Amino acid sequence: MKFSLSWLKAHLETDASLTEITDKLTDIGLELEGLENPADALRPFRVAKVIEAGPHPNADKLQLLKVDDGSDEPWQVVCGAPNAKTGMVGVFGPPGTYIPGSDFTLKPAKIRDVESFGMMCSARELELGDDHDGIIELESGAADAVGQSYADYAKIDDPVMDVAITPNRQDCMGVRGIARDLAATGIGTLKPLESASISRSGDGPDVTTEDADGCPAFYGCVVRGVSNGSSPDWMQARLKSAGQKPINALVDITNYVMLDHGRPLHVYDAAKLNGGLVARKAKPGEKVVALNDNEYVLDETMTVIADDNGAHDIGGIMGGASTGSDESTTDVLIECAYFTPENIAKTGQKLMLTSDARQRFERGVDPAFLDQGIDIATALVLELCGGTASETTRAGNPPTEQRTMPYDPAKCLQLGGVDIATDKQKATLEALGFAVSDDWTITIPTWRRDVHGWQDIVEEVVRIEGLDNVPSTPLPRKPGVAKPTASPEQLAERKARRAAAARGLNEVVTWSFISEKEAAPFGGSEWALTSPISEDLKYMRPSMLPGLIAAAQRNRARGASSIRLFEVGRRYLEATEHPTIGLVLTGEKTARSWQAGGASKYDAFDAKAEVIAILEAAGAPVDKLMDFAEAGNHYHPGQSGTLRLGPKKILAAYGALHPNVTKALGLKGGAVGAEIFLDAIPVKKKSGHMRDAYTPPALQSVKRDFAFVVDASVAAGDLVRAVKGADKKLIIDARIFDLFEGESLGEGKKSLAIEVTLQPQEATLTDEDLKALTEKVVSNATKLGAELRG
Amino acid sequence: MSDIEAIKDKYLAQVASASDGDALEAIRVAALGKKGEISLLLKTLGQMTPEERQTEGPKINGTRQAVADAIASRKESMEADVLNAQLATEKLDLTLPPLSAPKGSIHPVSQVMDELAEIFADLGFSVETGPEIEDDWHNFTALNIPETHPARAMHDTFYFPQTDENDMPKMLRTHTSPVQIRTMMDVAKRSSGEGEPIHIIAPGRTYRSDSDATHTPMFHQVEGLVIDKGIHMGHLKWTLETFVRAFFERDDITLRLRPSYFPFTEPSAEVDLGFTVEKRKRIIGGDPRSENGGWMEILGSGMVHPNVIANCGLDPEVWQGFAFGCGIDRLAMLKYGMDDLRAFFDGDLRWADHYGFDALDVPTLSGGVGA
Repeated sequence: MKFSLSWLKAHLETDASLTEITDKLTDIGLELEGLENPADALRPFRVAKVIEAGPHPNADKLQLLKVDDGSDEPWQVVCGAPNAKTGMVGVFGPPGTYIPGSDFTLKPAKIRDVESFGMMCSARELELGDDHDGIIELESGAADAVGQSYADYAKIDDPVMDVAITPNRQDCMGVRGIARDLAATGIGTLKPLESASISRSGDGPDVTTEDADGCPAFYGCVVRGVSNGSSPDWMQARLKSAGQKPINALVDITNYVMLDHGRPLHVYDAAKLNGGLVARKAKPGEKVVALNDNEYVLDETMTVIADDNGAHDIGGIMGGASTGSDESTTDVLIECAYFTPENIAKTGQKLMLTSDARQRFERGVDPAFLDQGIDIATALVLELCGGTASETTRAGNPPTEQRTMPYDPAKCLQLGGVDIATDKQKATLEALGFAVSDDWTITIPTWRRDVHGWQDIVEEVVRIEGLDNVPSTPLPRKPGVAKPTASPEQLAERKARRAAAARGLNEVVTWSFISEKEAAPFGGSEWALTSPISEDLKYMRPSMLPGLIAAAQRNRARGASSIRLFEVGRRYLEATEHPTIGLVLTGEKTARSWQAGGASKYDAFDAKAEVIAILEAAGAPVDKLMDFAEAGNHYHPGQSGTLRLGPKKILAAYGALHPNVTKALGLKGGAVGAEIFLDAIPVKKKSGHMRDAYTPPALQSVKRDFAFVVDASVAAGDLVRAVKGADKKLIIDARIFDLFEGESLGEGKKSLAIEVTLQPQEATLTDEDLKALTEKVVSNATKLGAELRG
Repeated sequence: MSDIEAIKDKYLAQVASASDGDALEAIRVAALGKKGEISLLLKTLGQMTPEERQTEGPKINGTRQAVADAIASRKESMEADVLNAQLATEKLDLTLPPLSAPKGSIHPVSQVMDELAEIFADLGFSVETGPEIEDDWHNFTALNIPETHPARAMHDTFYFPQTDENDMPKMLRTHTSPVQIRTMMDVAKRSSGEGEPIHIIAPGRTYRSDSDATHTPMFHQVEGLVIDKGIHMGHLKWTLETFVRAFFERDDITLRLRPSYFPFTEPSAEVDLGFTVEKRKRIIGGDPRSENGGWMEILGSGMVHPNVIANCGLDPEVWQGFAFGCGIDRLAMLKYGMDDLRAFFDGDLRWADHYGFDALDVPTLSGGVGA
């Protein structure tokens, strides 16, 4: 909402400075978003007199002027304006002046070989109007002001404030409402609204409403015999300060009343109407060509204003193209109606059509201001365009019932946290238009549709008092050290994240939405945005990997050699979203070095190592994890796996990414990746800090090595499990330390060497004990087809 | 000079001039071996009279001891020479780089979330989460934003074709406020409508259909909610002041609350932080009213609207409190000096290296929440 200081002062009697006013606006919730003074751009221009106008030696259409702008010497100016003549007083921009209307800065120049300094300006060049037929000609009395700044001379010095109006404050979508709010702070007083005496003759126009739901009240008045020209300068100046373009007096009046009082109106050229006007529901499929020249197809929930020829207006949103007022209008019908806010909001949303009128009607205009609104407009029409006004026709009834509610001034401290004296609360409320009875029954003004409960009243009182005056009050706090608040899941996630970073992975945050192409290798997405920002950000990710692959690719393109990324986020599946850690490793695992020689690459085991470490940090029982396959089609079928607690409880999938996937997503050179399904990790129930009792065994542990030849298809993990099974108490570890495949073993065979650690508990192991254990180990291994190597 | 002294001097001279271990061993055998000269002398003691023994014994034994000591000492010094010579050949150029472990990092958004959790834990707040794909009730309706409310248009919502049980399209949450609703409804259910005090923050991803230099379609917000008896605007002000001073680790931060409008709070306030410009950078803190100072909007807040409390099944005449919502990415930018929001979501390793945090930079109250 933009308006000039002088406009505000038409409603607010105040001595306050501009800064006091703008500070106050922000303090009471009418946030100042901009402040500019159109005079600033005009300050360098001076009132100047043409001392002499003569012909240009080399051009018929140009004149050579001598211009006195109060400087010691007159300026020589080449001028093309036909109206330039000796003795005239105009507006001069000396060299170096920026011309706002033409967007350039004046420089001394040669025009047809004659030097020219500065410029006599047209109205358009100064953005004062559209006139560009000639230069501005000031009244002859202006000769006394030669040398004065034009901004001062023309009294253009009128700062324009731009105030953000929150959606609840329709009453401040007019300058008077803002003035009322300011007056309540004590910064000034609200000037009384003068009621114009209008002499009326003749019956009001034939207006009716058949749509009590969408348009409960429709008032109309006709002014006959008007002459519709330009609106006066003062009105144009105010409209311009609000960012509205003046059109013609009748249209300007409707815009002016809307901006002045928050009361939208519409004017019809009565000659273009056929029969009476009716507010009714649109017929399904009924079409209206609105003022913006677009055609809208309506449905039966929408309200239109129609005559015998059909619908002209989308009621409360936009007038029709064919019945508007222009310079030829002689009889004008002024519409002042009340449209139901919810209906306007729905219609506007459906048609995707916004307008100043919609903004106000959907927030709820003052239902008690119809008579005043139409009177103010009628008086302005009579004043500016002449003519004779009819009586006002009042069809329907606006919802003007007074709403009252009880209020307890003690609530101000209870909710607002600030103790304000009751008489001050009363004064504030009354200044805002509330009526307060002796028993604190509050009557809510008709223009404050947003006020419902006592909380709203507290807000009004505290807002005008200023939130700065609310004393900061410590929250009641429990004695002692603060209790831990994180849930087991939150702790697990935090530890997992920091473990990943400690292992050298870099955390990234990638978009939750990806492209169709990125989602496809991961089974596609169940969730597609209806109107995405772009096709690349349309599908909710079914996996953490595509975003990480894309980030890896970007890093690769920037020349990164070793890329280790992880992200803690969610996957979005059909039923629900799952917290997940994804990771991608690509490029060099170790760089070439003087010690290790050539660079090494990541393989599936690296992904597995990260997974196990992160799972352990997250509190998963990693010693109970089982190796399974079936990591998913986006992995290399032979170099991927899952880690599970039982066949259906998958904690993580990992492996080399399928070459087709990395290729499709543009990542060269292959990569390994993993996903850790955080919500599958069993939650550790915390039962105190106590651990199981433990004393380190007194006896030394013993190591024994075994080498087995097995079929190449036998999984190492199965062999280890078989070996461990030989004595679950005695064997505390079994670790594969060598893998050998070679012709000497025979086709399809491999050798696995296992170091078994034995921990005697009560007595040292005897040779017999060791022999028995060895036999058991070998016999367990033999069940897998293993042969002990000689 | 007696014979014994001569023998001693002879061997000591030989030891001193022995060139290597073998020579030394030969001397030892000649002097102290079973048939060594000194060993044989020792054997003569047995045939001596006690008087002779008393004078000769110490001499011979002294000689034996002196020669044995000289050999041992000479041997030790020879071994030291050998070791030193060997060590001299093992010199490494330690200016060569060692193999280094890869360096990981924590994203600033995660770091700031941990900082928030830490600060608010001290004030008794726990952390709550909720789904990002939300329904109309939790994201809008329960928050006092009915279907025709103009505020809906301000949210730039991403919708899905899927609908919820009320036939309304599902959406990506536009703010973290739905977590307020979920928490209050849970409490109402758990307590059969009786209610109990609530102190939570809810950080997480949020989404709006907005993309320009300072807006990304995905961003992070943190919601705060306190519901109790007798909570008022003064408590809100104190909590926010306490939070920003702890977060930015400066005591001279001023807050300005401006009346505003959110459908889910009443009264509502937007909150500005005072800043000053130091070395062409905006620093949170200092005097915002000074020449190089100013205000920047940082969060929205207010007293939870009675309709919202009632919508969750609690009695707004018994329970009241405040809520606030703040951009986490923006908090990170203001605290750590990033100037480009889009870089948060790019995954550039160079950026991570510069702005990221070490795994061990865990925010703690004793160590400071700012890493």
